[in-house]
Amino acid sequence: MANIEELKRISSQVRRDIVRMVSAAQSGHPGGSLSSADVLTALYFNVMNIDPSNWSRESKGQDIFVLSAGHITPVYYSILSRRGFFPVEELATFRKFGARLQGHPSVEKGLPGITQASGSLGQGLSAAAGVALGKKLDGDASRVYVLCGDGESEEGQIWEAAMFASHHKLNNLIAITDWNGQQIDGTVDAVSGQGDLESKWKAFGWNVIVADGHDFESILDAFDKAKESGELPTMILFKTDMGHGIDFMSGTCKWHGKAPSAEQCEQALAQIEETLGDY
Amino acid sequence: MKYTDTGKKDTRSGFGAGLYEAGKQDSRVVALTADLKGSLKMDKFADEFPERFVQCGIAEANMIGVAAGLAITGKIPFAGSFAEFVTGRVYDQIRQEVCYGETNVKIAASHAGITLGEDGATHQTMEDIALMRALPGMVVINPCDYNQTKAATIAAAKYDGPVYLRFGRPSVPNFTPEDQDFEIGKAYVMNEGKDVTIFATGHTVWEALKAADMLEAEGICAEVIDIATIKPLDEQAVVESVMKTGAAVVAEEHNMPGGLGELIAGVLAARRPSPMAYVNGGDKFGQTGKPAELMAAYGIDAEHIAEAAKTVIDRK
Repeated sequence: MANIEELKRISSQVRRDIVRMVSAAQSGHPGGSLSSADVLTALYFNVMNIDPSNWSRESKGQDIFVLSAGHITPVYYSILSRRGFFPVEELATFRKFGARLQGHPSVEKGLPGITQASGSLGQGLSAAAGVALGKKLDGDASRVYVLCGDGESEEGQIWEAAMFASHHKLNNLIAITDWNGQQIDGTVDAVSGQGDLESKWKAFGWNVIVADGHDFESILDAFDKAKESGELPTMILFKTDMGHGIDFMSGTCKWHGKAPSAEQCEQALAQIEETLGDY
Repeated sequence: MKYTDTGKKDTRSGFGAGLYEAGKQDSRVVALTADLKGSLKMDKFADEFPERFVQCGIAEANMIGVAAGLAITGKIPFAGSFAEFVTGRVYDQIRQEVCYGETNVKIAASHAGITLGEDGATHQTMEDIALMRALPGMVVINPCDYNQTKAATIAAAKYDGPVYLRFGRPSVPNFTPEDQDFEIGKAYVMNEGKDVTIFATGHTVWEALKAADMLEAEGICAEVIDIATIKPLDEQAVVESVMKTGAAVVAEEHNMPGGLGELIAGVLAARRPSPMAYVNGGDKFGQTGKPAELMAAYGIDAEHIAEAAKTVIDRK
């Protein structure tokens, strides 16, 4: 289990991987990948009970992660490879023809670590709720984690799943919102104001935690609190910064799905320390 | 007719009986519904296996996702609602979570076609076969009576992969054997004939058998084939029969675009071009009415099948 200093070093490398993958492919989604990089690093290197050498989609007895916001594959693939699910060198195949690293997560290509295909927004919370229910039926005490975007929460199915999870007392379900306030067409407030997200999740019967998604103490503390939810499923609203860690990508929707040029890539990499060795 | 109606029953009750049987045989079988437990005849399963029955409320999109999640944990979920609401309403969820996501989910679609009756066009899907056929990896089954639906449900539970299982609301003749084995992908030759082949699926199989009787009275010997599995289609059985008879009629309680008629036309065009005629809903919505009244009005009954058979024989 990585400590906070180690988590910082890992997430720095993950940020380098994100920039290099998107730049090499000249396509992909850096903004949301960078905003969720710290939360997902903490999840995979500290919080979740997982064994990459003994992984299957079912992974009975292990914690399971479902990526609902399927477009942030750069961060997802970087973390899976750095955690040992597949060779780090394979990150070079991101979005290339024939690759297991499809533009959005695919189970068809058999990439280890991918529990469910995603990309069409609003669906992963339902799938995660199904996995959580299945674990309950099996008497499997492990947990299910799922990451959604705040923009994604404009999908009606998210709220169908919200009702379902609390009604069925899925306290083994821990959802994460990457609350970066940005979506493709602008800020979330400008595109489709969501009002008081915290009160909304509470009203749907969830244990709601608000935390700083770039502070590892705050992140780990939130995941600890999530485990003490009584019968309720938990939603952690992680306040984050779109494009975090790279000055010209930070705090804007412009880098949601845009690749940096070679020059911009160098400019970005100069801002992030290489800690574990580039792939 | 060599078949006897042993008493009218609805095919959805065949599903309910099959689901209960599958649940008894395999503890991995779970059932989900979106507030239509009674309509889907899931009561017995829910009473006997309450922990394996999942009420999802009126939220079909979430139901498909939950079913996929349950399948990931090794369960065999049957997610049921009216055919329109588990296809058109949730096409993308089935595409992403079930077919592309490669989860072992069974979509249980009741009240298919216009024989749903009085509720009218909003609830009567005549497009569902087209939608489900279009999905890579989806098996599409449309059994013809209570006994076959029960057997097909048990077979779907044993099959590893996505299945679309289509059945109906009204009571219709029950004429195939009790406790039969259902083979996915097999076309069942109901009547052997030499002058024309009538391909039928679901409720139209009985109508095709009645049409064959009418034709026999006029000296025409019609072969009737039950296409219980629409995808994968038993192409060999289709081609072999038409090589013998030289003409084909395709009858279905579904519209023309993307239906069984177009499917068989495609196979025959490539392998054995032959005179063909179609008995289906055309390209329009349903409406309120009694099932038999609607089937007659939309031209999907024994009389229309017999008429179509005579026209294709004339064109040989």
